[in-house]
Amino acid sequence: MIEARGLTKRYGKTLAVNDLSFTVQPGRVTGFLGPNGAGKSTTMRMMLGLDNPTSGEALIDGKHYRELRHPLRKIGALLDAKWVHPNRSAYAHLRWMAVSNKIPVSRVDEVLDLVGLTAVAKKRAGGFSLGMSQRLGIAGALLGDPEVLLFDEPVNGLDPEGILWIRKFMHRLADEGRTVLVSSHLLSEMSLTAQELVVIGRGRLIAQRSTEDFIHAATENTVKVRSPQASKLRDLLAGTDAALRDDADALIVSGLDAAQIGEMAAANQVVLHELSPQRGSLEEAFMQLTGDSVEYHTELTETVDQLVDVNR
Amino acid sequence: MTLLAVERIKLFSTRSPWWCMGLALTLMVGFAALVSGSADSAGDVSVPVTQFGYSFALAVILVLATLSVTTEYRFNTIRTTFQAVPSRTSALLAKTTVVALVSGVLGTIAAFGSLGVAMLLQPDASLALNSEADWRQVAGTGLVTFFAAVVAVAVGVLIRHTAGAVSVLLAYSLVAEGLVQLIPRVGDDIHQWLPFNVANRFLTGNPDVAVVFEGPGASTSTLSPWAALAYFAGFSIVMLLIALVTAKRRDA
Ligand SMILES: Nc1ncnc2c1ncn2[C@@H]1O[C@H](COP(=O)(O)OP(=O)(O)OP(=O)(O)O)[C@@H](O)[C@H]1O
Ligand SMILES: [Mg+2]
Repeated sequence: MIEARGLTKRYGKTLAVNDLSFTVQPGRVTGFLGPNGAGKSTTMRMMLGLDNPTSGEALIDGKHYRELRHPLRKIGALLDAKWVHPNRSAYAHLRWMAVSNKIPVSRVDEVLDLVGLTAVAKKRAGGFSLGMSQRLGIAGALLGDPEVLLFDEPVNGLDPEGILWIRKFMHRLADEGRTVLVSSHLLSEMSLTAQELVVIGRGRLIAQRSTEDFIHAATENTVKVRSPQASKLRDLLAGTDAALRDDADALIVSGLDAAQIGEMAAANQVVLHELSPQRGSLEEAFMQLTGDSVEYHTELTETVDQLVDVNR
Repeated sequence: MTLLAVERIKLFSTRSPWWCMGLALTLMVGFAALVSGSADSAGDVSVPVTQFGYSFALAVILVLATLSVTTEYRFNTIRTTFQAVPSRTSALLAKTTVVALVSGVLGTIAAFGSLGVAMLLQPDASLALNSEADWRQVAGTGLVTFFAAVVAVAVGVLIRHTAGAVSVLLAYSLVAEGLVQLIPRVGDDIHQWLPFNVANRFLTGNPDVAVVFEGPGASTSTLSPWAALAYFAGFSIVMLLIALVTAKRRDA
């Protein structure tokens, strides 16, 4: 289990992480979701004892990272696939990591096999493609057969095949009972990978709940209604607990479904020109949630474009 | 012991340390061959003369030791290191030990190799190590390169960038200390206590024995040779402590 308690990190004037508290449970994949600059990587660095929190703490099964005796056997992490010396072989890279935590060196061959890098084990890591580097990073994370795993944007830049491979891998790790925390700025990706979501924006916690609930709540259905007797319709609806919103010449109703609205209109002899159920989309939901908390608006536009692309 | 093995694997699993070691040896032994081979008579070749290439080898060893740290920062493997070994002090002490030992052995081999090649090329020269001063000059090289490597690792940890750390170290040890002498009145007094100048005192001993342009330069320090080594070692340890405290405090 991972626990963040009031975790706060300030870099000069930037408050990167702001009083963040959440827990990550074993046995499922937890998505750590937030737009660019939300503080995901900073939070993960603090969990690994690399950055010192300005205040608050991160605990791994109740302990600070620095108190772990052989940390690689407890928690494996892939924060950045490029954190490898380019002239060192994949094998040598994993070997020194294994030796440092008294992990049998035979395990190096095992994890290389697991991620499918056996053939290039003795090649210099600098020549690896992004997908291969990512696999090497995962091999490093799995080296100590840890119960807890952290991955920072593991699918960034991968092709669809690579993404699928990683997604299946995460599920397998969680099914084995491990605690898996995966960050991403793509809700659409996380909706396929994670069973639980921790959503942050501008360093603050926005929501923590199951992906299903999150998407259900986020994509709440609405009904679009157009009527020449708009004011009469409005009065009728105001008598219910439905929420109303204007959209050009139409009304957007939430809290009632199309059948209920149609029957109410017929009973009161209101003419309807349009009665159409609207489905909210994931990307709208994500934007609504993190809307005020996005740091760079240009990057947000990119995020939305990517979301739309992935959904297609 | 485990951590020493880790640092040994890291150091020798990339190419640059091998290049640096080869270069340091080639420079020092090569200069010894050049100087003794081109001497007019065997009488011109003495023990200090065989150590002509010392400062070049020292410079390369400083680079080797600096790189062992700064490449870790450059490629962020320092983060993987601290992830694997959360006690930064232990991890950096292990690295310092391994790099200093390698540098010490390398300095020793280079110094004796230089003496050996001179003996081969000038069999008639009197190159036997007869005095304590002769021994210190040759066998002492390894001790100086050991502590010089400690200084270089510390500077690497503090500055973190290869270019910055290497230029500071080389400019300081090769140029800056000498320039201090140009400061009017106090220059010489300060220079006397600057660490690399003091380290030369250990190697060259009394100025009347030292040959100014050959090997480690004559030193203006007035310490006894062994006190000079202790001073240089103390300096390297203070630098290392500053580096360890700094590394522990800041974000990796
Ligand atoms: N070492 C640092 N020094 C100064 N500011 C930093 C540092 N690291 C991160 N920041 C700032 O902290 C904020 C959070 O950054 P962080 O990298 O944690 O976000 P992120 O959620 O991982 O974003 P992304 O999706 O882009 O990876 C940003 O404003 C960033 O500029
Ligand atoms: Mg990030």
